[in-house]
Amino acid sequence: MFTRDQLIAPVLGIACALALAVSMPAAATATPAAEAVQEVAAGLEGAVAKAAAEVAATAGQAGPDAGVAAPAPAPVVAATEEEAKSSSTADHSKFKELNIDFKSGPEVTTACLECHTEAAKQIHKTKHWSWEYTNPDTGQKLGKKNVINNFCTSVTSNNSFCSACHIGYGWSDDSFDFSSEANVDCIVCHDTTGTYKKLPGLSGHPNYETIEWPPHSGKFRPPTDLKKIAQNVGPTSRKTCGTCHFYGGGGDAVKHGDLDSSLTNPGRYLDVHMDSKGLNFTCSRCHVTDEHEVSGSRYGVTAADEKGMLVPGSLDPRNPTTCVACHGNTPHPDKAAKLNDHTRKLACQTCHIPAYARSTLQTKMSWDWSTAGKLDEQGHRIQLKNSAGKVVYDSKKGNFTYDRYVVPEYQWFNGEVKFTLFGDKVSEDGVVKINEFQGDANDPDARIWPVRVFRGKQMYDKGLQTLAVLHTAGEDDAAFWGNYDWDKAMEVGMRAAGSEYSGELGFVSTEMSWPVTHMVSPKEDALKCESCHTDGGRLAGIEGIYLPARDRMPLIDTIGFGLALLALIGVLIHGGIRVILAKREA
Amino acid sequence: MERIYIFKRFERFWHWTQALLIIVMMITGFEIHGTYSNLGFESAVQLHTLSAWALITLWVFAIFWHFTTGEWKQYIPTMDKVEAMFRYYLTGIFTNAEHPFRQTTLHKHNPLQRLAYLLVKLMINPLIWVTGFLYLFYTSWDKWGLGWLNLEWIATIHVIAAFMMLIFFIAHIYLATTGHKPMSHIKAMITGWEEID
Repeated sequence: MFTRDQLIAPVLGIACALALAVSMPAAATATPAAEAVQEVAAGLEGAVAKAAAEVAATAGQAGPDAGVAAPAPAPVVAATEEEAKSSSTADHSKFKELNIDFKSGPEVTTACLECHTEAAKQIHKTKHWSWEYTNPDTGQKLGKKNVINNFCTSVTSNNSFCSACHIGYGWSDDSFDFSSEANVDCIVCHDTTGTYKKLPGLSGHPNYETIEWPPHSGKFRPPTDLKKIAQNVGPTSRKTCGTCHFYGGGGDAVKHGDLDSSLTNPGRYLDVHMDSKGLNFTCSRCHVTDEHEVSGSRYGVTAADEKGMLVPGSLDPRNPTTCVACHGNTPHPDKAAKLNDHTRKLACQTCHIPAYARSTLQTKMSWDWSTAGKLDEQGHRIQLKNSAGKVVYDSKKGNFTYDRYVVPEYQWFNGEVKFTLFGDKVSEDGVVKINEFQGDANDPDARIWPVRVFRGKQMYDKGLQTLAVLHTAGEDDAAFWGNYDWDKAMEVGMRAAGSEYSGELGFVSTEMSWPVTHMVSPKEDALKCESCHTDGGRLAGIEGIYLPARDRMPLIDTIGFGLALLALIGVLIHGGIRVILAKREA
Repeated sequence: MERIYIFKRFERFWHWTQALLIIVMMITGFEIHGTYSNLGFESAVQLHTLSAWALITLWVFAIFWHFTTGEWKQYIPTMDKVEAMFRYYLTGIFTNAEHPFRQTTLHKHNPLQRLAYLLVKLMINPLIWVTGFLYLFYTSWDKWGLGWLNLEWIATIHVIAAFMMLIFFIAHIYLATTGHKPMSHIKAMITGWEEID
């Protein structure tokens, strides 16, 4: 049996520990009085932020200390574009096959294929070439060729414009030969000179002659120097991928919100991985590419990756383009172990991309086609700009709104997306979901994802009750962007899609969802706990989970605080009487 | 005026440390519950969790102390004089009636205290401790075969227990002023020496 003195020694040791525990400044300033203490919280924010920074994921810092593994032994400071080029074993400027005054893109491709004999065959199998994708789960025929969006709406009947972003030459209509190897555009992805530009209206070709560009601008583009370009080909880069993916929807930053030209040379703040002075990831660092098939498609999203890190050399055929593939499922250090609990319910992006469109570029937030077609008194096209110089009305397209530093919306997402395709019944009642992310809280494959929701109003055929295909662009007299005649443009567009226009044009409200997954912030900018753990926080609309500080049973609170208040009143009355009686006696 | 030594050194240390930890945990706990914003959710959680572990450690020692010293017998419930105690608090205390209970080293708690403290030790504390532990490790439920549990219910029971503690806290502090003089009990808890009639 211990004596009292023997017990006291360890107890004093604990006393010190406890004293430390409770002597944190937080405890001293804490009071249970509710709203009045906001100021205190503000004062403490610095300390809290520092603590948060210490415990947050070390997302960008590859290396064993950070508990983060890179997919391959990567240098911490990756090569710049020039260095990457110099690491190649081939100097293309020394090849006589490329020392030719090429007249056209296909001529260059033919030269490429003399050595890279299988390249075009590989490209032919990819979505970049076919613009088609059949979802194995839903059977829906997707891809740019089939999907109707709520930006420019549809590729069908507008190929000569849209194919400026096709990795081929000459796709102007259905007669395009998808089996032609010479029609593959190698350069658009492998140019390093930055001088190659496929222009809308040229069916995927660059200009071979001097051309006024933009049209009616009085500025002229010299012929594309194909020889110089061919002699300087190299690996893909943020710039080459961005040639199309930064400009989707008709301009810089328009479509994705999390992809725009600011990512060509981003700082660490904008994207911790692509940081041009730091990790300097190219797109293909994550979108690992084999046989020209680029991984990580929006059409087949891996919303929850439970298998952990994808070790280099693994034979696992799963999608390598996930955060987890490199960071694993418990990426936060032990001292922030609570954060690792969150990966069961949250996508990494939810906390680590607190906002998208975080550069000076504004992304488009809505597009209302229903106001398009208005002309001035002379019958000319109208363009109105906002104070930032962005077009907010265009006769060709209708009304737009823009925003930057956009806070995403949040929803459960299991990777499955159901599209509303041409022919699917739609009506003006409610909002048509162009695509709908599937999943809920009970779905083990679902996570809470940040989502960009693009809202619009667009054409539909009232008679057929389907989203419309409008013939917008072209040199003919039916194209809406030349003639502003809805019915004519609808007739041509709908016929190209395989239907006869009913003659009744309507406009439906639509929403299109995009997973937000680029522009990953440094850890110190990740969301704080109270971004969601509060009333009316970011996850206010998320159902199916109990979220502390957001959720509570109001009845329990009413009863609990009610009884506590009664107890307090009771003792105050009791004590009051004692005080009064004591005074009388005295 | 008579003085008797009631509270030993460890007991006093245990009491005040526990008091501090419970106050900290009530303040941070109701913030985690979403009643108000104060330190920020993250700091509140960290402090709450740290205090919880500290309190559990303290309890381990306190339980050990109670059993090795035999002090646990102080909490054996009795209904003797409970009615008299109630009557005293309702009327006697206002008329300077004699306190129905006389403190001794062997019986330092009055019958109402015995019942109240036993309730805290056997019901409120375990309820808080068990639900808090489950709350902290909710991601392990499946592994432990507790997948049928529901976080909302665990959190709610935890909060109900917290309200019980809050009410106990209010009553406890007030009743601490009902000694021989208003500060008698409180001084005893600090120095160990209680003034009695």
